[in-house]
Amino acid sequence: MIVVELIKMMRRPRTWLIIGMLIALPTLVAVLLAATDLGPRPGTGPPFLSAVLSDGTLFPLAALGVVLPLLLPIAVAVLGGDAIAGESQTGTLRYLLVRPVGRTHLLLAKLVTVVAFVLLAVLVVAAVSYAEGRLLLGRAPTTGTVSLSGSTLTQQELGWRTALALGYVIISMLGVAAVALFFSTLTKSSIGAALGTIGVLIASTVLLGLDAGSAVHPFLPTRYWLAFVDLFRDPILWRDVARGLVVQLGYLAVFTLAAWANFSTKDIDD
Amino acid sequence: MTSAAPTNGHVIRTRALTKRYGDLRAVDAVNLEVSTGDVYGFLGANGSGKTTTVRMLLGLVLPTSGEAEVLGRPMPTARRSVLPHIGSLVESPAAYPHLSGSANLALLDATGSDRSRGQERRARIGTALEQVGLNPADRRPVRTYSQGMRQRLGLAAALMRRPPLLILDEPTNGLDPRGTQEIRRLLLELNAEGTTIFLSSHLLAEIEQMCTRVGVLRRGQLILQEQLDSLLKPTGVVAVRTRDIDRCITLLGPVVGSVADDRLLVRAKDPARLNAYLVGEGVRVDEIGPYRRTLEQVVLEADARA
Repeated sequence: MIVVELIKMMRRPRTWLIIGMLIALPTLVAVLLAATDLGPRPGTGPPFLSAVLSDGTLFPLAALGVVLPLLLPIAVAVLGGDAIAGESQTGTLRYLLVRPVGRTHLLLAKLVTVVAFVLLAVLVVAAVSYAEGRLLLGRAPTTGTVSLSGSTLTQQELGWRTALALGYVIISMLGVAAVALFFSTLTKSSIGAALGTIGVLIASTVLLGLDAGSAVHPFLPTRYWLAFVDLFRDPILWRDVARGLVVQLGYLAVFTLAAWANFSTKDIDD
Repeated sequence: MTSAAPTNGHVIRTRALTKRYGDLRAVDAVNLEVSTGDVYGFLGANGSGKTTTVRMLLGLVLPTSGEAEVLGRPMPTARRSVLPHIGSLVESPAAYPHLSGSANLALLDATGSDRSRGQERRARIGTALEQVGLNPADRRPVRTYSQGMRQRLGLAAALMRRPPLLILDEPTNGLDPRGTQEIRRLLLELNAEGTTIFLSSHLLAEIEQMCTRVGVLRRGQLILQEQLDSLLKPTGVVAVRTRDIDRCITLLGPVVGSVADDRLLVRAKDPARLNAYLVGEGVRVDEIGPYRRTLEQVVLEADARA
């Protein structure tokens, strides 16, 4: 079933369109940076963007910093929101269930597919932006990349830290995926489910900007998204990364369970 | 995979099957009985609860109360072992619009847990498409299909694994008269090979032409369930069409049942003897024969009683 869902995802033109859009924005940024040579001042703008003019190997991280706050979560919300509601909309849900595919099994396959999409999207964005960084932006200093703390990282070190960062970005999307999947079991409209999920993310962002909300900040799904930056300090600052991990797993557990509770006894009468 | 359990003759049996939505009893204490080899016609107006009943039989909708047994096992508890032996078309066919018909069937087929080989799967997809009159080599996406073609594709999906039981909701919906006839012939062929068919429809004529047994649903209640031939058996009444109505009435007297325009309904066992008598008396008989009620009349009568 999981394989079938993966095939379905790969064969949908929409999947590739979304990935194309995810690549387009960092590409535009790279071209603009290369053409104008005007980087944001250090400490401002998306993470790593000020550093990429001198060191193009950092551009995959800058690209992820560009797509992570908005584009990637929207893509996940659209795919996750479509998971069950989309099948319900086309009427194929009832034919899957009488095939029979177990409801829990179907839900699980959908979740895995969304995570697989995130994996695919992150890897494609990283690969494309690495190439762009090498071609368009600054050459890496032969002495190695300078970390955020000022020390020098060897190519090897930079490699595994980048891999860690990619992994963290993927995990950061688990919460969004689970929320979208839950909304997807509530409604027959995949757009509704996607918008509901985006609403949750917007609410989270608004609360993060509010000092009075500091008590709930550690529980917000978007709170630790950019903590992957801390992986490039020397020594690595694990605190926020670890908290981010816990928050995401928490959202994943709660909303997957809620989705299951709702879907497993739901009357399919679309 | 376990094969279908022995069913002591019943393929579908429900006891007081009920589905309530708030105060509305969409399906109200329905006792269906469908036997092996039946072509069961499940009749009812739109909104009478047909589709909800079908969905309960397939485990898509959970009953509020009552029991349903399909292929001898309780639904929805045993859906995992029962559903692989059922081919179904629920309400309207559905497919992924950006894929071709055969790609859709291949995806649906691959979701099953049976361990068939790839070659076997391709073969049965091809056969099912040909059976319903679609070209397996057609690579056009389903979004370009006409409604009739979608209907055929839905039927192919139901037939794909040669199930012993077909549950079909309005199977000829959207088909032209020739298509309707083709599909009807196909279903009767499958029935002759041993497939039990449960067919829901609001088209009386269709049920009358195909079915061996009929159930009629009205506002969620089963108001009639009977073998079709016993419903439509000769009524002991002979219909006579004649220009000499008045003379006929005088001759026959009290056995005349009802009169309409140029037709009489007469209580008599033997049309031939009645004919000989009338002709002997000089009545010009245009048409004479045993009177049978149509399914429509039977349904309307049951409706009036309920």
